[in-house]
Amino acid sequence: MSERLPVKKTYKLFVGGAFPRSESGRTYDAEGQNVARASRKDVRDAVRVARDAQPGWAKATAYNRGQVLYRLAEMVEARVAEFAELCSGRDEVERSIDRIVWYAGWADKLPQVLGGSNPVAGPYFNFTVPEPTGVVAVLAPEEPPLLGLVTRLLPPLVGGNAVVAVAAESRPLAAIELAEALATSDVPGGVVNLLTGNHAELAPVLASHMDVNAIDLCGADGDVPELERLAADNVKRVVHGRADVESPWEIASFLELKTVWHPIGQ
Amino acid sequence: MGGGFVGELDKPGAEVGVPGDWTYASAPESRDVVHIRERYGQFIGGEWLEATETYETISPRDEEPLAAVAQGTPEDVGRAVAAARTAYADGWSSLPGSERAKYLFRIARLLQERSREFAVLESLNGGKPIKESRDVDLPLAAAHFFYYAGWADKLEYAFPNRRPHPVGVAGQIIPWNFPLLMLAWKVAPALACGNTVVLKPAETTPLTALLFADVLRQAELPPGVVNIVTGDGRTGAALVESGDVDKIAFTGSTEVGKEIQRRLAGTGKKLTLELGGKAANIVFDDAALDQAVEGIVNGIYFNQGHVCCAGSRLFVQESIYEPLVAKLERRLATLRVGDPLDKNTDVGAINSAAQLEKIQELVASGVEEGARIYQPPCVLPEKGYWFVPTVFTDVAQSYRIAQEEIFGPVLSVLTFRTPEEALEKANNTPYGLSAGVWTEKGSRILWMAQRLRAGVVWANTFNRFDPSSPFGGYKESGFGREGGLHGLEPYLRFDE
Amino acid sequence: MAQAPALPAGFELPLEARLPRIGAVDAVALEERAASLAKRSIKREAKVWALMLAIRTTDLTTLEGADTPGKAAAIASKALRPDPSDPSVPPVAAVCVYPNLVPAVRERLGDSDIKIAAVATGFPSGQYPTAIKVADVRATVELGADEIDMVIDRGAFLSGRYAKVYDEIVQVKEACGDKHLKVILETGELGTYDNVRRATLLAIAAGADFVKTSTGKISPAATLPVALCMLEAIRDVYGETGRRVGFKAAGGIRQSKQAVQHLVVVHETLGPEWLTPELYRLGASSLLNDILMQLRKERTGAYQSGDYFTKD
Repeated sequence: MSERLPVKKTYKLFVGGAFPRSESGRTYDAEGQNVARASRKDVRDAVRVARDAQPGWAKATAYNRGQVLYRLAEMVEARVAEFAELCSGRDEVERSIDRIVWYAGWADKLPQVLGGSNPVAGPYFNFTVPEPTGVVAVLAPEEPPLLGLVTRLLPPLVGGNAVVAVAAESRPLAAIELAEALATSDVPGGVVNLLTGNHAELAPVLASHMDVNAIDLCGADGDVPELERLAADNVKRVVHGRADVESPWEIASFLELKTVWHPIGQ
Repeated sequence: MGGGFVGELDKPGAEVGVPGDWTYASAPESRDVVHIRERYGQFIGGEWLEATETYETISPRDEEPLAAVAQGTPEDVGRAVAAARTAYADGWSSLPGSERAKYLFRIARLLQERSREFAVLESLNGGKPIKESRDVDLPLAAAHFFYYAGWADKLEYAFPNRRPHPVGVAGQIIPWNFPLLMLAWKVAPALACGNTVVLKPAETTPLTALLFADVLRQAELPPGVVNIVTGDGRTGAALVESGDVDKIAFTGSTEVGKEIQRRLAGTGKKLTLELGGKAANIVFDDAALDQAVEGIVNGIYFNQGHVCCAGSRLFVQESIYEPLVAKLERRLATLRVGDPLDKNTDVGAINSAAQLEKIQELVASGVEEGARIYQPPCVLPEKGYWFVPTVFTDVAQSYRIAQEEIFGPVLSVLTFRTPEEALEKANNTPYGLSAGVWTEKGSRILWMAQRLRAGVVWANTFNRFDPSSPFGGYKESGFGREGGLHGLEPYLRFDE
Repeated sequence: MAQAPALPAGFELPLEARLPRIGAVDAVALEERAASLAKRSIKREAKVWALMLAIRTTDLTTLEGADTPGKAAAIASKALRPDPSDPSVPPVAAVCVYPNLVPAVRERLGDSDIKIAAVATGFPSGQYPTAIKVADVRATVELGADEIDMVIDRGAFLSGRYAKVYDEIVQVKEACGDKHLKVILETGELGTYDNVRRATLLAIAAGADFVKTSTGKISPAATLPVALCMLEAIRDVYGETGRRVGFKAAGGIRQSKQAVQHLVVVHETLGPEWLTPELYRLGASSLLNDILMQLRKERTGAYQSGDYFTKD
């Protein structure tokens, strides 16, 4: 009885809910696989679809966003074995799932914790609400490959932002697996875009992109000050996220605060 | 100069059958309450340090020289930062919050007690009408200290589970449009959180900050907790680049803000930026029109339009375009432009020759690009820097006057047909500081407020400020909030 | 450009084609605007001029059940020469009384230019049949009144029967003949500025020569924001149609300072053209003496005592 020849996976990008190859046609070798090596133009395309997808994601009810992210946890849970192969093991996967669930629960609680009404001295009703900053670029840390990405991805996501993330350069397979989980959860296409490739090549493109509102430099290496300088061109919010942290203030880093006034009169 | 009387007020009264027309007699605020020294040094470590180099600060209302003010050198800045560091380490940061609070309460009270003096000086040095410095700047400045005083011993409640600590030495660079108020916005939360401060007032308006040093003396604030270094942009740059500053807070132009962000790249210093704006003020056809007109006027002519959140782009629903513009132009003719120290003045002097030139240049571009310009008849004083309140109609979204921040009394009027269109045009800017919405329909207010990309949305009002209300921008209008609980965060670090 | 008036239910009336839209009034912004105008600083000559104007536009008023011909005559005398010691003080615009006192006032005023205004239409409540109100007006005109100060039917207005309010004003106007008609809205009973604006436009549409804030019988009466609200409606009518409607602030104005503030609001809202007795009146009784005291203080530099001014 001849052994069945398995079908091998092609490791592609995740942009706009689809899995394209890099427009450049390039790949690089990581973890023994040929992985798509995203180009400047892939970054451009990803930011464009992220921008288009963001308002719809932000407009979804907080309850809905919470459920969608919980659904993502379900999808990861269903693939625990596969994920465990691509990171430090089952423990990291389980912590990642729990982290997704933890953040998913924040979706409909943020405005009450981060906002509120303000007692201004006059006949006005005044309140402050958090809102997504828009399109967020994330440079995922190299380690831990799954938990690190989840830790940096969920805070901007739960707040209603769309994300363009560059996966850990040397450990990208967990990110690609996560893209597949995302694609089968109910996260709308374009809300999360995952690129694989060379950080040094892609980071400056994201840092200088005028349509990116915030950048998380957690996984940046090399000339970080230069990335910060580039970020100033459109006054980006620059976040130096930690690879393993769980806090609502991580979410707040990717939120704007809007204050609304209205007179109180008859 | 007895107030630049405008419009019908200039006509003799005979034709309306009254004995003499009714021009309000000039009602100048007395300058006697203010004593300006001939020469000011730097206020460092509680002492006045003699200046090595000075420049002249003037009154924009008549170009009268007011005082010689120190041009801060990098050495001055270094001394000020060192004094702030010493004061931080020698007790201020470890002082119980309840004690810090009492200093801030003292400062608030002193500002209230000396408000007339500060108001006159503010109008004299900056050109804003006395009624604004008296009724807006001073009460709000005192209120800010009062508000943040109360937070000083309650930070754990503001940030539960976060163990807040002061950041250290804060370098604060403030603009010339609300000199004392911006000082209060910066200094009050910084001190409440246990930081010490090096403040750099704007080049053209240093005098109220220098007078504030006297309030600090009266409040017996420990030396070095607040240091004031005057000078131009070079002084500010030295402060930004000073190695021993832990945090920079800047309010000013987007251009300079970006430069500061660049210079701080890689330093790990905390930064908050409150930058420019090009706010949309959107009037729907069901709005309370007469009040909307007041809001529009307040939105763009308040403080000569030297307001980062000024409602400089007016979007009018086409169905009420004509009556609204008619009302607006009529109202403009009743604005009194003139001596900032006259209590009846509505629009004062432009802050500086450079700013006047910038306004003139942009207005000329508007005319050249084809917009229709309206300026009420207006007699301007001969000396000083003045610009007539201006309305541009027939403005296209692409004109420079609809895109660039003018920072002057110049309004661009554009039209829209549907809420979607208003929203799209309003958000079509790199800025995102503020916006206004005028409609009687509650659901539409909330719909607009939710979608406008701006840090402050005024619905059926404009240009309201309060210490409890967070203020700050989206996009290129900056980051970080000033005011409210949220205004504490930039001055704290957390052990999470 | 003319606009189709946006009318609420019950408002579909034979209005002139070009009335302004009714629209809405924001209470907070209106009150802030009025408060900011109240802060205008009026000094020296401008103040004296304003005080003189306040006198020239005053409807010197007594509206008491206890009014007698003697009391009415005393008021008329005061109207003629408010301050006998100062010939520069002008006479007031009108004397305002109940209908029965009109002849007594007429006798005292003789052939002076001072008008006689009389309240009518079941003043102050207006809760009478229309026929009675019209008869009231005809009788008052016959008694010699030059101006009729009518009240609107607030009961009808507040229950949404705008047409009844309108029809009554039309009928009263007709009964007035060539006499001047002032329509009192009694704004203190209307509840909102939206209603004040609506009632102002309704009264103007029905033919009012003047709109007037209040009867003086309830408080609040002629507050600055109410005055501003009504003046803005008058301005809108003028803008749309060119028709000049007068305004009378009445009730609660007791001090010179308040009177000057009212004049400032008129000046800033409608311009100096409205600052004449033909288009502006201040309904007042105790106000006049306060103005006289202020004028004498301006003249002499000394603060005054009520003992030196007649109580009439």
